[in-house]
Amino acid sequence: MATPGYGRIVRDGLWENNGVLVMLLGMCPTMAMTATATNGFGMGLATAVVMAASNLMVATFRNYITREVRIPVYILIVAANVTFVDLAMNAYMHELYKVLGLFIPLIVSNCLPLARLESFASREPVLPALMDGIFMGLGFTLALTLIGAVREILGSGTLFADASLLLGPAFKFMEMRIMPADMGVLLFILPPGGFLVTGLIVVGKRMLDIRAGKGIQMAGAHSV
Amino acid sequence: MKQRTLIHGVILGLFCLGFGLALALTEWVTHDAILARAMEDRQNSLGQVIPTAIHDNNPVVDTIQLQDAAGRELTVYRALKGGRVTGVAFEVFGSGYAGKMKFMLGVDAEGRVLGVRVLSHKETPGLGDKIEVKKGDWILQFAGLSLDDPPAAKWAVKKDGGRFDQFTGATITPRGTVAAIRSGLDFYAAHEAQLLEVN
Repeated sequence: MATPGYGRIVRDGLWENNGVLVMLLGMCPTMAMTATATNGFGMGLATAVVMAASNLMVATFRNYITREVRIPVYILIVAANVTFVDLAMNAYMHELYKVLGLFIPLIVSNCLPLARLESFASREPVLPALMDGIFMGLGFTLALTLIGAVREILGSGTLFADASLLLGPAFKFMEMRIMPADMGVLLFILPPGGFLVTGLIVVGKRMLDIRAGKGIQMAGAHSV
Repeated sequence: MKQRTLIHGVILGLFCLGFGLALALTEWVTHDAILARAMEDRQNSLGQVIPTAIHDNNPVVDTIQLQDAAGRELTVYRALKGGRVTGVAFEVFGSGYAGKMKFMLGVDAEGRVLGVRVLSHKETPGLGDKIEVKKGDWILQFAGLSLDDPPAAKWAVKKDGGRFDQFTGATITPRGTVAAIRSGLDFYAAHEAQLLEVN
């Protein structure tokens, strides 16, 4: 398999082979962290950091990781990176940690990083692997932010509430109230709303792709 | 075949060793910063129920251990000014709609509520979570109240004949909260001498 070009890697990660919207991986953090757009965005970025670091490490050591022990080594590397992020965030980005802290360990159980290590980073040179980690992670962030925005608007009537806690006071302008809180539909904040909104967005993406004449993108594009 | 197994084992072992060392190093580097953040957090949550004006000590480290009515070991944070106890803060627990709710309750030396805040709960977002100060000022009405004011019969939500409002669509959460605060005041009354004693 020839190494795909960087343009391909970017398009695959963000849209055409998006981890959530096409491969339907990483559903656990997707459901847990998308009650608001801000939480989805933060979780997405933390996952992107872990994915970029893990892809980089696995690609670097790919010639030394034998087939027989590759799965434990991948899990070790993902878990170690999650712990690095967890400790560093707790120490140096504490406000953000208070929002996301409970969910950082969930990244270990996210199968998207593991899928990218197995199907991409273990076979490709370091730089493309790093790019794949970054853009698959950003695609994950994009999907989580989108789902979070829809759930937040319909459920609480706000958009990007508490964004200034996550990004700093300069981002206060992002916090919007779309409609009065009393009009919010509770269902969308609760877990069933996560499944409903995710499903609708997956359908929406496929309809966009069909309209663009690309046909239905099947999840078979990746090989795990 | 045997030798190959050995090689795989050695590879896996080396990875474990390498990442183990890296993790130990990270833990060592971040240890002090994490401890400092935890201390700041506790100071912030105590600061909301014990006004800084009434103490000249650090209540976070000035603690005593007591047993509450349920036999739980309770850490009591004490505010001292000029060598006298001016207020105490401790955790109180209540049952909500979806499980246990935990509060931090501050009480002054006359047995009046200084302030109360939710530390953790699992109540329904949009209904029961109005007990959070971020979502509404319901919880602020308890400041200044004591066991005699209002009288014991009125320490309940309106639906139960008391004086505190329930929320639209949620009675169990406020009921549990009122009961928790009352139990905290009872605890204070039962241990007043121990709480105010300076050693």
